[in-house]
Amino acid sequence: MDSGEHAHVRLTVNGVPREGRCAPRKLLVDFVREDLGLTGTHVGCEHGICGACTILVDGEAMRSCLMLAVQADGAALTTVEGLARDGQLHPLQEAFREHHGLQCGFCTPGMLLTALDFLRTNPAPSEQQIREGISAVLCRCTGYHGIIKAVAAAAPVLKTS
Amino acid sequence: MKPAKFDYFAPASVDDALALLTRYGGEAKILAGGQSLVPLLNFRLSRPAALIDINRIPELAYIRPHDGEVRIGAMTRQRTIEFAGLIAERIPLLTEATRWVGHLPIRSRGTIGGSLAHADPSAEYPAVLTALAGSVVARGPKGERIIAADEFFQTYLTTSLTADEILTEVRLPAAPAGAGYAFEELARRHGDFALVGIAAVIARQGERCTMARLATSGAGPVPLRLRAAEEILERDGLGDAAIEAAARRASELVNPDSDIHASADYRRHLAGVLTQRAVKRALTKGNRG
Repeated sequence: MDSGEHAHVRLTVNGVPREGRCAPRKLLVDFVREDLGLTGTHVGCEHGICGACTILVDGEAMRSCLMLAVQADGAALTTVEGLARDGQLHPLQEAFREHHGLQCGFCTPGMLLTALDFLRTNPAPSEQQIREGISAVLCRCTGYHGIIKAVAAAAPVLKTS
Repeated sequence: MKPAKFDYFAPASVDDALALLTRYGGEAKILAGGQSLVPLLNFRLSRPAALIDINRIPELAYIRPHDGEVRIGAMTRQRTIEFAGLIAERIPLLTEATRWVGHLPIRSRGTIGGSLAHADPSAEYPAVLTALAGSVVARGPKGERIIAADEFFQTYLTTSLTADEILTEVRLPAAPAGAGYAFEELARRHGDFALVGIAAVIARQGERCTMARLATSGAGPVPLRLRAAEEILERDGLGDAAIEAAARRASELVNPDSDIHASADYRRHLAGVLTQRAVKRALTKGNRG
């Protein structure tokens, strides 16, 4: 399609079928925020370094600033809005609250989805592995200690749930 | 909108992608995992007339054993490679190097073909391809050709792929049975681009080194086989003195640049230190021979 044409994007977000139209050059993160109105996913550096925009695409953590919206046509996304159920925080969110895993909250959506994918691939991680896993997302407030504690605390809960 | 306007295509076959490349005559870019290209688009450092997205070509994603080598489709994700049993068993150097590629969310999307075709001199996969003396398959309008690692990387971000070709497959020879391997890297933060990386494969019989392979990342415009350092090990064996001599030679062989992250002198020093570490660690891994 040429650059002026708009593409039809149909996808599932947090279990709900959604669709929209956008230019092929629109980034997935901007589509999620502006077209779908889900502003929980944050836009930070826009070049894949900070990790704030990390979401799950078909179950795997990816930078939504490094994908075009058209590339997500047919995919199933999970954003931070999809974590809590029926007013109950997700166990990982609960652990972040309990262990002071956030302060300003800017990195938190990306941190949560990164940690969720990390714990799926490493259900019983060492502290060193947690440090390495969350190094995918930059946090400027917490010094990471609270986040590391939160991820460690959530691991056994997620493993059994 | 961050990227400048481009025409967009997501062909379902390599032939369709090749036809589009020809149609745009060098003004189109192939979009693989996008973990290097999309940042360039977002900053408008790259403004291609068209993007040809090859993510919807299923025939390009596979890992297959073939005689003494493993053949990997260009669109195989780094994450898939990281967790692939066949790779861990046959090309463990690739498994280890993959853990240095960005972070898990980058590897979920990034591909082996994209990383090689992008040819960032500080990336890990070019060093692995070089250390193993592997090759890539390029398909163009006239058919396929096989390009050896040492003919593939030309200079910074530049390969010998022509504008009408697509990298479709990566071929890596399996290391000899009992060979040890290691990938050592230093970056300012975990997941950043390497200041310097060293890939090592060492085969031995007792104290004798029957094959040494050493290749760099981040120590010059292209990954470099450190042949003169390899020869020291193959000639003088694997004692501490020979390893130290090989490491000194490695730091003389490289020709790194200075940039905001590290001086050329520091990188040169690192090439020696990491060579020593990589060789010593390789010896702890596969010394069954």
